[in-house]
Amino acid sequence: MAELRKTALFPAHEKYKGKVVDYAGWALPVQFEGIVAEHEAVRNAAGLFDVSHMGEVEIKGAQAGEYVQNLVTNDVSVLNDNQILYTFMCYPHGGIVDDLLVYKFTNNHYFLVINAGNVEKDYKWMKDNVGTYDIEMRNLSDDVSELALQGPKAQEILQGLTDTDLSEIGFFYCKRDVNIAGANCLISRTGYTGEDGFEIYLDHKDAEAVWDKIMEAGQEKGIKAAGLGARDTLRFEATLPLYGNELGEDITPLEAGFGMFVKLNKANFIGKEALQKQKEEGLKRKIVGFEMEENGIPRHGYDVLSNGTMIGFVTTGYFSPTLKINIGLAMVDIAYAELGTPLEIQIRKKALKAKVVSKKFYSKNYKK
Amino acid sequence: MKTIAGLLYSNDHEWIKVEDGKAYIGITDYAQHALGEIVYVELPDVDSEFKAGDVFGVTESVKAASDSYLPVSGKVLEVNEELSDSPQLINEDPYGSWMVLIELSDETELEQLMNERQYQEFCGKEE
Repeated sequence: MAELRKTALFPAHEKYKGKVVDYAGWALPVQFEGIVAEHEAVRNAAGLFDVSHMGEVEIKGAQAGEYVQNLVTNDVSVLNDNQILYTFMCYPHGGIVDDLLVYKFTNNHYFLVINAGNVEKDYKWMKDNVGTYDIEMRNLSDDVSELALQGPKAQEILQGLTDTDLSEIGFFYCKRDVNIAGANCLISRTGYTGEDGFEIYLDHKDAEAVWDKIMEAGQEKGIKAAGLGARDTLRFEATLPLYGNELGEDITPLEAGFGMFVKLNKANFIGKEALQKQKEEGLKRKIVGFEMEENGIPRHGYDVLSNGTMIGFVTTGYFSPTLKINIGLAMVDIAYAELGTPLEIQIRKKALKAKVVSKKFYSKNYKK
Repeated sequence: MKTIAGLLYSNDHEWIKVEDGKAYIGITDYAQHALGEIVYVELPDVDSEFKAGDVFGVTESVKAASDSYLPVSGKVLEVNEELSDSPQLINEDPYGSWMVLIELSDETELEQLMNERQYQEFCGKEE
């Protein structure tokens, strides 16, 4: 096996006794104290995550906006300076290359945040689609550390370390050149947990010091170092998708239930024709929420049945740390997607009863 | 890591407590610690029969499901129903939380298992 890549925060993982695993080729902590304790800290106080494995690509130039508008499914033209949107990049057939955040700094300067496991594939895709657009592109993935401070006390904790008035940064807005504990940072009010919070981009050389300062500042407010395990249970409860689970090359954003991030009324973008057609013809399958009615924990990849016939697969499932019930998301044939539809989940040797429920397992607590 | 004198131990981190041709079986402190917070335990049906090395149950943490292997052959006489409602008991008291009681079909298989000291050395190497 190839040597795992280490983030600049690797020493901090050791200091905080993280249990390090291989994630997309990176050595990252799956947990520190425990997934449930970290999950609850983020819901009730705050958690600090190392998400330096995420990829970043900068797009600059006179046609930067037009280029990004063609690349992604959501409408970049409505963004103000320093505003962010969530979107997909699709293939011409409508399947998803990746999901990403688009930061618009100015009309000719954008910053795209992509998934760690997809960096190479995405960057190649972006380069292959430059065509005649007058832009410059740089893959900054190896040069940037990223922290995510998430939870209802995130702002209060971070405010103690900066003179910038954080209350002026709205949901899905960012600010550049913010001084956090002496380090120059890009910060945004974004996250992957369903709670208020910030994502902080900074130089590798400053990452560990800022991590320590935030942990120190948050100590009395109940902050915990949090790992990838809690990141996954948190995003799942908030119905935020994960590439490789709810999203993939053979899944369209419409099937995944994220049509609101696909603007079919904008001028051309890659995948538009296929997605338009899929919308007109109607979906043949889609992702639904379900709750177990018999005792068993559904997991990613398990088969979904109806009266013994296979009708889909579980994309993510957990014993929900917040709700204390066994729930999941599953891609099912459209005939089984109505709320209340009985399903069975094949858990090892048994097909256990479940039913379709709303995917809104947990109401997000975003700052408006 | 806690171990208990008088119990036998397997490579898969199960403990075995033998009493008159029967054996109580659970997972060790090392195993519960490696799994993390246990949120679900799946146990076999009473009267089912297993060979040594068969999967007899599943212990699940928030993150993952992990098989439990029967270290010796036998027939299930009883399962610990208390674990269905309170799986976290395995974290709190792994050696007090037996999963199954079996009737041993071949007591000579017990000779393959480790005693406390051997198991401590075994775990030392796994670290």
